[in-house]
Amino acid sequence: MKTQWNIFIAFFRTGMLGFGGGPASIPLFQKEVVGNFKWMTEEEFGEVLAIGNTLPGPIATKMAGYIGYRVSGIWGMINAVLANILPTIILMTVLLTFLSNLRDFDWVQGMTAAVVPIVGMMMGVLTKQFIDKSVKGLGVRFSLVLGVIVLIAMYIASIHPGIIIGVLLGYSLFKKDKKNNKNEGKRS
Amino acid sequence: MIYWHIFMAFFIPGILGYGGGPASIPLIEEEVVSRYEWLTVQEFSEVLALGNSLPGPIATKMAGYIGFEVGGVLGLIVAVTATVAPSLILMLVLGGILYKYKDSPKVKRLKTYVLPVIAILLGEMTINFFVESYVGIGFLQTLLLTVISYILIEVKKVHPAIIIFGALIYGGFFL
Repeated sequence: MKTQWNIFIAFFRTGMLGFGGGPASIPLFQKEVVGNFKWMTEEEFGEVLAIGNTLPGPIATKMAGYIGYRVSGIWGMINAVLANILPTIILMTVLLTFLSNLRDFDWVQGMTAAVVPIVGMMMGVLTKQFIDKSVKGLGVRFSLVLGVIVLIAMYIASIHPGIIIGVLLGYSLFKKDKKNNKNEGKRS
Repeated sequence: MIYWHIFMAFFIPGILGYGGGPASIPLIEEEVVSRYEWLTVQEFSEVLALGNSLPGPIATKMAGYIGFEVGGVLGLIVAVTATVAPSLILMLVLGGILYKYKDSPKVKRLKTYVLPVIAILLGEMTINFFVESYVGIGFLQTLLLTVISYILIEVKKVHPAIIIFGALIYGGFFL
């Protein structure tokens, strides 16, 4: 019960605080999941973010659902997704149904404008963490080479990042080397 | 029949929209405005503007409201499910496979190889948010809010909720 309550709180907060759509709540997810409740390590969270980006569809619900599932099975998943999306859906529907004139709502835009740089700042900090991890795991030179290749693929060749991650995924899973084959053999 | 249309109108953008919810908005507009004519372009952009000023994922908010308008509460449930479920199921399958083999050296290598890609994607989003902020509230306000929130959230470890509430109040008065 405590776990479900924690899941609810974590994803309710990320939903209600994520000004700027689902992607804006990624740093908030990380703060709750890795920092606050310690359900995952930084590495696991990065992995979830990576798989999320290879697949189509909204990123926030994919992450909430998957993390909820890992923490507490199917009910954790349902709980996490609903806590993340339901409050703002209700807010939106109620406002649009009862607000006769949408212009009445303009002042809210001033309020939310102040949150944008804060989201940018948290996203920047998260970026820095991933750069550090990349340097630690792959070394400065290899990170840089891989980074430049990815940048060229994304911005010059206009290949979608989901496809790039997909290719890397395929490459690391199917690339053969002797040591790995041995382990594969043991498992199957 | 109407529920089938609602399902398809949100299933297709959900399954074709790469890059999260915001990327699927033009696809949702295509279905809702051009194909099914549930809203006019003007109505759609007004709903989108309100949606963007509220917190939470944008794709599900749009699906929820439009589903409700077209088919009541059941329409809302159908639209939101069509948006969320297909990609979430894919996520559980792919995540499950990688989790099962998490100790395999290949999966470990994969996790390291994707790090620079994730860093670049996050970096791109960071730049987008700062550009949006610069265009919206100018350089000085952006700098001020960035520095103060960095000190409070990352150095003093204040929970982001408190800072975001503070920013909303500040924005209400000064922006």
